[in-house]
Amino acid sequence: MTAMTPRDTDLRVALFATCFNDTMWPEAPKATVRLLERLGVSVEFPMEQTCCGQMLTNTGYAGEAVPLVARFVDVFGDYDAVVAPSGSCVGSVREQHPMIARLSGDPGLASEVERVSPKVYELSEFLVDVLQVTDVGAFFPHRVTYHPTCHSLRMLRVGDRPLQLLRAVRGIDLVDLPGAEECCGFGGTFAMKNADVSVAMGTDKAQHVTDTGAEVLVAGDNSCLAHIGGILGRQRSGIRRMHLAEILASTQENPS
Amino acid sequence: MSIGPVQETSATFVGMPAFPEAAREALANTQQRTNLRNATHTIRAKRASVVAEVPEWEALRVAGAQSKDEALHHLGDYLEHLEASLVANGAVVHWARDADEANRIVIDIARSKEVDEVVKVKSMATQEIELNEALEAAGINAWETDLAELIVQLGHDRPSHILVPAIHRNRTEIRDIFIREMGKVGRPAPDDLTDDPAGLAEAARVHLREKFLRAKVAVSGANFAIADTGTLVVVESEGNGRMCLTLPETLISVVGIEKVLPTWEDLGPMLQLLPRSSTGERMNPYTTMWSGVHEGDGPQEVHVILLDNGRSHVLADSVGRQALRCIRCSACLNVCPVYERTGGHAYGSVYPGPIGAILNPQLRGTASEIDQSLPYASSLCGACFDACPVRINIPELLVQLRGTVAQQGGHRAESAAMKAAAWVLSDPKRLAVAQKGATTAGRLIGGRTIRSVPGLGAWTDARDLPTPPKETFRQWWVREHDGRDGDGQARGRADGIPGSEGGLPDSDGDER
Ligand code: SF4
Repeated sequence: MTAMTPRDTDLRVALFATCFNDTMWPEAPKATVRLLERLGVSVEFPMEQTCCGQMLTNTGYAGEAVPLVARFVDVFGDYDAVVAPSGSCVGSVREQHPMIARLSGDPGLASEVERVSPKVYELSEFLVDVLQVTDVGAFFPHRVTYHPTCHSLRMLRVGDRPLQLLRAVRGIDLVDLPGAEECCGFGGTFAMKNADVSVAMGTDKAQHVTDTGAEVLVAGDNSCLAHIGGILGRQRSGIRRMHLAEILASTQENPS
Repeated sequence: MSIGPVQETSATFVGMPAFPEAAREALANTQQRTNLRNATHTIRAKRASVVAEVPEWEALRVAGAQSKDEALHHLGDYLEHLEASLVANGAVVHWARDADEANRIVIDIARSKEVDEVVKVKSMATQEIELNEALEAAGINAWETDLAELIVQLGHDRPSHILVPAIHRNRTEIRDIFIREMGKVGRPAPDDLTDDPAGLAEAARVHLREKFLRAKVAVSGANFAIADTGTLVVVESEGNGRMCLTLPETLISVVGIEKVLPTWEDLGPMLQLLPRSSTGERMNPYTTMWSGVHEGDGPQEVHVILLDNGRSHVLADSVGRQALRCIRCSACLNVCPVYERTGGHAYGSVYPGPIGAILNPQLRGTASEIDQSLPYASSLCGACFDACPVRINIPELLVQLRGTVAQQGGHRAESAAMKAAAWVLSDPKRLAVAQKGATTAGRLIGGRTIRSVPGLGAWTDARDLPTPPKETFRQWWVREHDGRDGDGQARGRADGIPGSEGGLPDSDGDER
């Protein structure tokens, strides 16, 4: 399995778990660690990390996010690469941190952000671009459909990297999701502020998922999965929702 | 020449509720939702396929954005240049600071021609300033001649889309409107009218032809105004606009000041970007250009009203000004999942959808509830930015405008919650304490599913809440990677919390 041998194991890599995963969905960062260690990457978890500030910024409180951005560059500034199991939070780091730093009027912070944020990768980017593996040696014998989250798709442009990784999984039955590129309607506080529209969007997405006949819905963002999964759960659909990292971490010996 | 009482005004947007309430009402209208879904998905697919045909699409987008930016960065100069070119071509140029000034100028011109009606080619600018209503108050009928605008006007309705104002209506509804209303304001629809599109178009044609042939004064907008040649450009699909632009003796064009393009060359990319983005056509069927007055050919008196109405205010904002690049193609509406479900009325303006969500609060300010709610009428999915032919970063602007609203005080409870969240999230110790609450809840709830939480009605009405895990990631890390984080302090803190030993928390509840 040569594909599993990463090129740059000497990189100093940090895990950015993201506050949401850390608190609510620890399986995703755990799986990320398991997966990376299996690939020979020794990943560090700086305990001083907290949050990218996306929820604050997207709700209009960019000023309140400034200390979080400062903390982020402080905590992660010394690493060669930072990996996070969330397209949305990485999108926030790469797209919004520069804006927040600019608004803060602190040129020091702005230049730190410029230095650090390009080194922050969403999991599939890190695997495909940095480690240059698409076959991570995973085993997951189930029918799976993949929802590309908006921020992965349109902020980060991860393209088909997650699908390349999923296609290489042994035993997987990967089925196309109709209307895959449409937003699920989560959108952070949008799900609360415009709950009716959010639910209408999520219900359509859940219907598409159900139509595929998949047992498992997979995505690179637990926030979207919580929303779609919340609707699927209410419908008692029986469809599991899993983070991409969990499927990639799953092996015959240690299945998810 | 009078054709009876002045028409009943169409509904206006004044006093619309905030977006979430208006959206709820729209969502309940299942017929409208079906109409919108069908229409937006059809145009979306058409647009995607014709855009994919152009390998240099991205370069065209950049060129389009650059032309508009050049014009906007030196707007004063280009407007003066435009005025000089127009005047040299025999047009009369007027400047209007706001809606009232613009409306008064149009009314004065119409009165000086002693007419009690004008024909109109569809124009967003005149809708924005509610010209029809102002004319009506002055005793002058304004006849919309764009087919979809006619449907909206006859239905005493409001436009729901930039390009397809009657997008929320289906054929049967249109037939009913024609039968009911056409006779009240002109040639009636034939008694045996069905919902066959050709029959509907014919009824409109006959009805409108009378008006075209009779009208002495026409009112238009312009898609582009070219400074160096003094040329105004209108692109349309039906040819009704061209009738307005060529038949009447007097033509009055109300043109937003952001419509100016520096040179004739700048028009090239625009005429490629616009039709593909808007109707999914390679070329729009009718492009009409006029440069002032030409003896014996077309209108013999041409007036151009250059309208500000909040635009120079938008221009002053270095990020916000990109909204003025908008060429009103409506691509952002057609790809927007929020617009698709709510339609245009919920946005409370003639500018609906993503562009409306950023343009209205900029043009009108954020004093009203609806304008405060519009920047939040988006999930920030980014589809609008990808579709926009002039690369307006709508998500970026939405976030910036949310900041403006929040700074005004926002909603007090939210502002307090956000400040509290910021306080917790800015320090790992505080975060750990907050997480303890979550994991405690997780352990109490165990494997059960949360179907309702007081105060979280909006979420739990239709969604199960995720059950918090029994152990956070950082607790697990400390357990598993003892000594590898190099941060004894944090480890000690997190260690004190018992976790479910080694087991994976069943955080999916009964979904698993
Ligand atoms: S914002 Fe862009 S996509 Fe939307 S109408 Fe304007 S030009 Fe078209």
